[in-house]
Amino acid sequence: MTRALPVLTVLIGLIVIWYAAAVWMNSTWVYDQAERAGTTVTFAEMVPQTMSQDRPLLPPPHQVGAELWKGLFGQAITSKRSLVYHGYVTFKGTMMGFGLGIITGVLLAMAIVRFRVMDMSVMPWAIISQTIPIVALAPMIITLSSQLGLSGREVPKAIIAAYLSFFPVLVSMVKGLRSPDQMQLDLLKTYGASDAATFLKLRLPASMPYFFASLKVAVAASLVGTIVGELPTGAIEGLGARMLIGSQFGEPLIMWASLFASAILAGLLILVVGIVERLAQKRMGAPA
Amino acid sequence: MSVLILALVVWLVLWALNVWLAGSALARKGVGKALVPLIFGVAILVLWEGLVRGLEVSFVILPPPSLIAAKIASSLPVLWQDAAQTILKGAIPGFLIGCGAGVLVAILIDRSPFLQRGLLPIGNFVAALPIVGLAPILVMWFGFDWQSKAAVVVAMVFFPMLVNTVAGLQASERMQRDLMATWGASYLQTLVKLRLPAAMPFIFNGLKIASTLALIGAIVAEFFGSPTYGMGFRISTEVGRLGLDMVWAEIAVAALAGSVLYGIVSLIERWVTFWHPSQRH
Repeated sequence: MTRALPVLTVLIGLIVIWYAAAVWMNSTWVYDQAERAGTTVTFAEMVPQTMSQDRPLLPPPHQVGAELWKGLFGQAITSKRSLVYHGYVTFKGTMMGFGLGIITGVLLAMAIVRFRVMDMSVMPWAIISQTIPIVALAPMIITLSSQLGLSGREVPKAIIAAYLSFFPVLVSMVKGLRSPDQMQLDLLKTYGASDAATFLKLRLPASMPYFFASLKVAVAASLVGTIVGELPTGAIEGLGARMLIGSQFGEPLIMWASLFASAILAGLLILVVGIVERLAQKRMGAPA
Repeated sequence: MSVLILALVVWLVLWALNVWLAGSALARKGVGKALVPLIFGVAILVLWEGLVRGLEVSFVILPPPSLIAAKIASSLPVLWQDAAQTILKGAIPGFLIGCGAGVLVAILIDRSPFLQRGLLPIGNFVAALPIVGLAPILVMWFGFDWQSKAAVVVAMVFFPMLVNTVAGLQASERMQRDLMATWGASYLQTLVKLRLPAAMPFIFNGLKIASTLALIGAIVAEFFGSPTYGMGFRISTEVGRLGLDMVWAEIAVAALAGSVLYGIVSLIERWVTFWHPSQRH
């Protein structure tokens, strides 16, 4: 309870600010309408009218909530208007990118720890690769893969998501695989352990805490990548595409609902990864 | 075909050179450390050029580096105009405002443990959200010009900055704070002389994250509406016209700008936090 109270207070504070901002931003429209109709509205008349516009500048929380509810539960989940459906498309892309990112990150980390030349030549470029704004590459990856005959948007989306998510995994795995100290390495050498055995029995288990710690960052990055991959050049499925549609047709409610749907998706993903992390830690005998 | 073989041979030779360099005594010095990745980069470019020309890949699909370099050289004014719009007007002001606001709010809520306990979990959660999704909304509010791009950047960098600064302000040790108390230091003096300097490694960590986010935000925001120039605008229109050499030229500029921004932050970090173990050599 001591932890929930401050969070709840801040949340309520944010919602109050949100309502105030909604009244303030939407009032212009109400006053404009009134002026056009040749009437005047008092403040008390204006406030209710800011709460239920069709195309508000800033929809108040209850409107967003209603739209979100309608999108999530209001129709069959196979419907094109259902946020569950679009969320699932985005989720699929996120998972593919996440998987690809993990594999790339782990393999690169293994090569970097094993070969000094890989460490010296690839590591700086891996860092530079993250300073390149991926969104600049996104539209091109999409055109490229369609030129190569890959129809559908899953592969390019996964590549973009993997590009963002491999880096945290790579950095943590390099740190983790190097975490066994000299004494432990020496011990395995006295056993006459081969490189492969040292890797499997010492380095890999030692790297696991680092690996799981990086997964939370990686899954959030992967979701951002997927949404960015859905934004440009006419996608029609996925939460990112939904935002784009809302923007192009001037439907702020659609935008806000999909924004919150993606926030919920992000929260769920981080939660699940956290649970997997805790299970793995317990399995490996970490103190609870 | 011979081009392809030549490129492969050059690549192998450069790779062998790298293997030798990494094993030699030079690798421990600064020269070797800079040379190896540089050779690796050049090798990749040679391989790319060779593959595209040797396998006769259509230049529309993947232009070779030489063509991209030529495009960069021939369209410098356009590239500069785009970069000025997106980076100087969109990303940098947004970066400064967002980071400044993040640090300020962190210092303000630092005095109230209640607010901290409330804001931190929310801040952590929001920092993991796909904030780029706010881009269409902010473009709707602030119009097509750079103001909306800066606003997207502010929204993206604010929370990582807030979370990092709050963590940093708690980094000074009990003993150090007690020492300040025995000297009768006021809150402000403790803040300026002890806690802010102690927070600097965390703040710079946040600034580094923010520096890459800033460019992403500024470019994405342009996909939702922009004046008829700017890097995001140019990329999305040139992709539509299959002018991929121009797209690659913009990507090269974005990569350069991203690295320079990151480099500047790192340089300032080295200058400000010279005392920190990670900066000592």
